[in-house]
Amino acid sequence: MGDSRLPTSYMTPGTSSFADFLGVEAPDLLPSRRAVPTGDAGDLAPHGTTIVAATFDGGVVMAGDRRATMGNIIAQRDIQKVFPADEFSVVGIAGTAGLAVEMVRLFQTELEHYEKIEGTTLSMDGKANRLSALIRANLGLAMQGLAVVPLFAGYDVAADHGRIFSYDVTGGRYEETAFHSVGSGSLFARGSLKKLYREDLDEEGTVTAVVQALYDAADDDSATGGPDLTRRIFPVVHVITADGGRRMPDAEVSAIADRMIASRMQRPDGPAAPLT
Amino acid sequence: MSMPFYVSPEQLMKDRADFARKGIARGRSVVAVQYADGILFVSENPSQALHKVSEIYDRIAFAAVGRYNEFENLRIAGVRLADMRGYAYDRRDVTGRGLANAYAQTLGTIFSSGGEKPYEVEIFVAEIGDEPADDQLYRLTYDGQVADEHGFAVMGGAADVVAGHLREHYVAGSSLEDTLRVAVAALGHSETEDRVIPAGDLEVAALDRTRTQPRKFLRLRAARLAEILGGRGAPTSDAASPEDALAGAAPHQSGTDDPSDPTDQVSGAVPPLEDPVTGEPPVAPPVAPQRQEPAPGDSPAGEPPTPGSPPPPTEPGQV
Repeated sequence: MGDSRLPTSYMTPGTSSFADFLGVEAPDLLPSRRAVPTGDAGDLAPHGTTIVAATFDGGVVMAGDRRATMGNIIAQRDIQKVFPADEFSVVGIAGTAGLAVEMVRLFQTELEHYEKIEGTTLSMDGKANRLSALIRANLGLAMQGLAVVPLFAGYDVAADHGRIFSYDVTGGRYEETAFHSVGSGSLFARGSLKKLYREDLDEEGTVTAVVQALYDAADDDSATGGPDLTRRIFPVVHVITADGGRRMPDAEVSAIADRMIASRMQRPDGPAAPLT
Repeated sequence: MSMPFYVSPEQLMKDRADFARKGIARGRSVVAVQYADGILFVSENPSQALHKVSEIYDRIAFAAVGRYNEFENLRIAGVRLADMRGYAYDRRDVTGRGLANAYAQTLGTIFSSGGEKPYEVEIFVAEIGDEPADDQLYRLTYDGQVADEHGFAVMGGAADVVAGHLREHYVAGSSLEDTLRVAVAALGHSETEDRVIPAGDLEVAALDRTRTQPRKFLRLRAARLAEILGGRGAPTSDAASPEDALAGAAPHQSGTDDPSDPTDQVSGAVPPLEDPVTGEPPVAPPVAPQRQEPAPGDSPAGEPPTPGSPPPPTEPGQV
C-alpha cells in the first residue's frame, strides 16, 4: 500500500459510490473507459451465454450454464457467469465475458463500498439502478460489439420477496415478474420456463425448473452448454432467501441434473405440460 | 519594526501534543481484545448512529476515539484505499499493515505541518489471520506513532484505569462471551466504583474468523449483548460526557485550565512565552481608548432616563 500520506481526494467527504470515486481517482481502471479502435471488436473475446432466473415463495433462484464461446469455438467449458453481488443479491452476465466479469467486480465493490461508508445497505431498487448506470457507461463499447447484458436478482428485505431485473445495452432497467432469461439461448429457456414454471413451486422445484430450462436452451442453441456428464460440470445455481444468498453445492445441483437426465432418457423433450 | 515571536520546536510540538491529548482525553475509552476466534472491540457509546468501530475490509477493522469528524474522515479514506487496492489487485492484497502505514504517514504529516491543526484522534487498525498468532493489532496516536499491540489494548479517556483492570483479568484464548464480559467490566471500572454499563449503551463489534463469508466483521446488537452479559445487577448509564454533543451547546469559557475542554483559553502550567530578545513577558494587546466622559447636562440618547424626570424630548418626526 501507499508509503506516504493518504491523498487529499481520499480524505475529501463526498461520494459514497466507488465507481464515481474511481472515475476521479483512477479512471483507467473503469471497464467502460477503455479506448477501443473503431470497428467491430465482438469476435475478439469469448462470449458468455444463457442465464435464467425465477422467483419462488420466499426467494429467488438464478442459474447459468458453463459455456463461453468464441465464434464456433468453445472457449471455456466451466466458466462461472453467476456471481453474488452482495449478501442478498446475485448478478448473472451474458455478453463479452472479460468486460462482464470486470463489471461484476466493480458492481460488487460498489455495493460493499456503499455499505461500509454509509453503514447501511442500498435498497433493492438502488442496487438495480447502480447496475443500470454501470451498463449505460459501457454503451460506447457495446456499439463496437462488446456488449454486456446482465440479469440481476435478489431478495428484497423491505418487501419480503424475491425480485428480478433485466437490462438492455443502453442501461434500461426492467423489472420482471416470476421468471426471466438473458443470453443467446434465452428464447428457448424462456419458452421452456413458460411451460414449467408454477407459482407454487418450492425452492427445489424452482431449481429443477431452471435447470430444465437451461437444458432446453442447450438443446437448441449451440452457444449454451448442457450438463457435462463425463466431466461432471453442472450449471452454477444461486439461491437467495431471507437468510441471505448461497451457491447451491455441486452435489445438490448434480443430483437434480441427474434426475432430470434420467427422465429425459424416456422423453428427450422434457416433461409434457397439460394441453388445457 | 516588530520582531516575530520565536517558539522553540520543542515547545511547538509540546503545545500541539497537549492540544491533541486534551481532545482525546474527553472521549470514552475503546477496548480491543484478542479472543480465540478473532478480535473484539468494545466501547461505551450511547449513540446508535455514530460508530466508533467499523469495517474497513474483509479481515480489517477500524476503531477510534477523539473527534468524530476527524476519525470519520480517516475511516472513509481507509475504506476507499482498501477498496481501491482490492479492486486494482486482489482482495488478499489489502493488508492491515499497509493501512496502518498510510494512517501513520497521514497523521504524522498533519501533526508536524504548521499549517494544519493536529488531529485529536487515536486509532486501532486490526487484522485477523487464519490463526490467533497471525492476528495483528496496531494502535496509532495523533502524531503518527504506530505501536504493535498484543492481547489487548485500550485508548481514550480512562485508558490507564481500564487497561489496569484488563491486565488483571484478561485470559488469552478465551471465548467471545468470556472476553466480552471481561472487557465490559473493564470499561465500567474506575478508581471509585465498578459500574454496570447498560447493554444498550455498548457498541460491540468483532472480527470473527469462524464466519463463512469472506467479510469477517460483525456487530453484536443489544439483544445479543444482553443475552451474553446476563444478570449483572442494576445498570447505570454514564454521566453525560463532553463528547455527547448536545444540540445548541456552545463551548464554554472557563477561567481555569480544564483538560476536558480543548476550547478553553487557559494553558495551565504552560507559562506564556517571553520575548526571546528582551526576556520580557509578552505585551498585552493595546487597550481600547477610554470613552470620553459626556459633559454635564448633555444627556445622550440611550442613557436610561432618571426616574421622575420628564421623558427626553423627541426629535421631530419621531412617534
